[in-house]
Amino acid sequence: MAEPSGPTALIRLRVDGRDREVEVDVRTTLLDALRERLQVTSPKKGCDHGQCGSCTVLLDGRRSLSCLALAVAHDGAEVVTAAGLGSPDDLHPVQQAFLDHDGLQCGYCTPGQVCSVVGMLDEVAQGQPSHVTDDLSGETGAVALTDDEVRERLSGNICRCGAYAGIVAAARQAAETTEAVR
Amino acid sequence: MSTAEPITTRAVGTHHDRVDGPLKVTGQALYAVEHGTDDGITDPVVAWLVGAPVAKGRVLRIDAADTLRHDGVVAVVDHTNAPRLVETDDAELAILQDDRIHHRGQIVAVVLAETAEAAREGARLMRVHVDEEPHVAALDDGGLAAPDEVNAGHETDWADGDLDAARSAASVVVEQRYTTPHEHNSPMEPHAASAHWDGERLTLWDSTQGVHPVAKTLAPMLGLEQDQVRVRAPYVGGGFGSKGLPHSPEMAAALAAMTLPGRWVRLAVTRQQMFALTGYRTETRSHIRLSAEPDGRLLAVEHDAVSQTSAHKEFVEQTATAARMLYAAPARRTTHRVAALDVAVPSWMRAPGEMPGVFAHEVAMDELAEACGVDPVDLRVRNEPATDPETGNPWNDRRLVECLQRGAERFGWADRPAEPGTRTDGDWYVGTGVATSTYPALWMPGNATRIESRADGRYAVGIGAVDIGTGARTVLRQIAADALGVEVGCIDLAIGDTSLPVATVAGGSAGTGSWGTAITQAAQQFRADHGPAPEAGLHTVATTESYPDMENHSLHSFGAVFAEVRVDRWTGEVRCTRLHGTYSVGRVVNPTTARSQLYGGLLMGLSGALHEDGVRDPRFGHTVTQDLATYHVAAHADVPQDLSAEWLDESDELVTPYGGRGIGEIGIVGTAAAIANAAWHATGVRVRDLPLTADRFL
Repeated sequence: MAEPSGPTALIRLRVDGRDREVEVDVRTTLLDALRERLQVTSPKKGCDHGQCGSCTVLLDGRRSLSCLALAVAHDGAEVVTAAGLGSPDDLHPVQQAFLDHDGLQCGYCTPGQVCSVVGMLDEVAQGQPSHVTDDLSGETGAVALTDDEVRERLSGNICRCGAYAGIVAAARQAAETTEAVR
Repeated sequence: MSTAEPITTRAVGTHHDRVDGPLKVTGQALYAVEHGTDDGITDPVVAWLVGAPVAKGRVLRIDAADTLRHDGVVAVVDHTNAPRLVETDDAELAILQDDRIHHRGQIVAVVLAETAEAAREGARLMRVHVDEEPHVAALDDGGLAAPDEVNAGHETDWADGDLDAARSAASVVVEQRYTTPHEHNSPMEPHAASAHWDGERLTLWDSTQGVHPVAKTLAPMLGLEQDQVRVRAPYVGGGFGSKGLPHSPEMAAALAAMTLPGRWVRLAVTRQQMFALTGYRTETRSHIRLSAEPDGRLLAVEHDAVSQTSAHKEFVEQTATAARMLYAAPARRTTHRVAALDVAVPSWMRAPGEMPGVFAHEVAMDELAEACGVDPVDLRVRNEPATDPETGNPWNDRRLVECLQRGAERFGWADRPAEPGTRTDGDWYVGTGVATSTYPALWMPGNATRIESRADGRYAVGIGAVDIGTGARTVLRQIAADALGVEVGCIDLAIGDTSLPVATVAGGSAGTGSWGTAITQAAQQFRADHGPAPEAGLHTVATTESYPDMENHSLHSFGAVFAEVRVDRWTGEVRCTRLHGTYSVGRVVNPTTARSQLYGGLLMGLSGALHEDGVRDPRFGHTVTQDLATYHVAAHADVPQDLSAEWLDESDELVTPYGGRGIGEIGIVGTAAAIANAAWHATGVRVRDLPLTADRFL
């Protein structure tokens, strides 16, 4: 793609462990900066309006919808996509769990689901409550990761193929695996 | 060899990992507009579609002065300068050829720019001046007519027996109207294509369910030979029918590329544009009348279906066809009427016809069970036909009764109280419901496969099939391995490219069967040509013209869906907490990918039952619910705590040489009825209109 034509800004991002520097149109979303400018196509564009979750990445360690983030607002940020979590030959435990439970079909929402699960497990480990958590104080430490908790916390990631059951099972398995790793 | 012979299955029927899983979970699988320099795509221009601002009329003038002045905009393609099409019979695809506006959102211009931001801003700056004409966009305002035929070539009307006699002999009658709303396929990957024209050849990386069908459709319209159009689709982010036929965005990409020879054009439809440009399931209205004996035995089935289509291009949902074969009855009448409106063109959505039609029929059956005081499972068993009521043919192996009985056992149906509204759990009314599912075993001729021996006992198998997430890439290797009598690991499968032998669409639950038959035939021909231990470099190509015995048998799959539904007594909130399907689908090739597909169907059925509601504003002719915040599809939290699917252990070699039938669609059929029936059982409130929203129960 050609250089941007409108007002631009030079930003620095650390993407999947690599330092990148890119001149972006100030209108560019983080998702478009990744996909169109840096050829990082692991995060997907399903709606471009923050309604589907396909573009989920880990932005400075937290799961985030990259289509709702303006690239220039994240100069200096660290971005981890599904491609940065693991590679086909060296999968992240969450990615392996998706394969073990066939938590995918067409694969388009999958990188976002994977990032969302990674971010979600971290939120749970920090004791952050969700809408279905009995104790909303967030002061009692770890939240029990029930299926209802997983379903609630992943509901921002839509899968039209309906691989949800496998994704929930994958999240549970990954929780156990990463618990052991932690 | 004129057709394939049944094969001995070894790999077929067993678990194999989804072969593209590692690429997909790491985001390395590339979709239509993600290909870059590795695939020879450098410096692409970005295309942005501009839609018609009115539902009907004429484009007077497209003022693109501001657009063209915007930095980065390269060109604007509209009806005044677009390449001329040679054929324009397919009105949906014949875009940018004249000034006519047939529906709101129809493509009237394409902005091409160096960046997505510039293309989008360029589109915003464009002024489309129109002469608006009165339009009709509501089903109630359209005149109903009988179409020549309905989708999939079914007869518009079909009747049998002495209806008047059956009606007058009936002791019990259920006569009701059932409706389903506009539904939108909404695959997660919006329709998209990368296109390139070098003056001789058009190349597309397309998000499609069929690469050859796209080339075959576009080439003659563009005045090209089919081999001048190369279409590739290695990974496709879902389709559910909406990518089964090419739609106007693909033509826009082609015309844009031909406007800028030598440059790649990337066109991604926005989520909002999908609601106008990529097909949808029309709303349906079913008038059902069931006439029965006191014990529930049917004397007559009447299903009169009404839907709408686009005046621009006809597509008629075959809503009443399942009523022709589902149950035994001495008399029957089925009709389809359609209103042609000034609206977007409807098309295939997962189980066209069966999904809305069986919803209506199976809720009516539940009402009949209620009226007769018969258990809903027993009612269906009681109406089992010995032969196909429509054709008189014997069934391939109709095992609906077994599905109902096994499913009932698995689900725990037996303790169900007959009376509705009698079970509660805290603030929740709890009920259970059942419905039949059915889908025909379709099969498409004309698939070809090339098999070549390689060194070390490996075989290259090529066919232009497409894996839209079904697992085709995985299961076709299993079929090829068994057809050749080798290990799955010896198969190098290539799919998704028109440079491979011709393949039909991934649709009609006929992909795996049609392609798998071609692979089998080619394998058997290869062995006949080259023996069991060929040297490397020998090859065979075979094309399949026939296999299933459709003349003498009625080929269908069946299933029974069971649902548990809870309805909050104060808020009316509806939750499906248990969902189970038992299916008879022939031999399942891969239990892992099959279960996922059946779950996907069940959940899309649940989504249709509880959430999906495409709302059109007839004043303007557009879809109001044109994004995923307003067009609700099932999310994680909507999934039942207890979701399961199982299948009967069987093999159907009348349909395919490996004994399997398609499973892509049967999961959605009947599911919405099972859930609606369960909601009635929970509350005593009978809802006959989808979706079952909370307000219906208050």
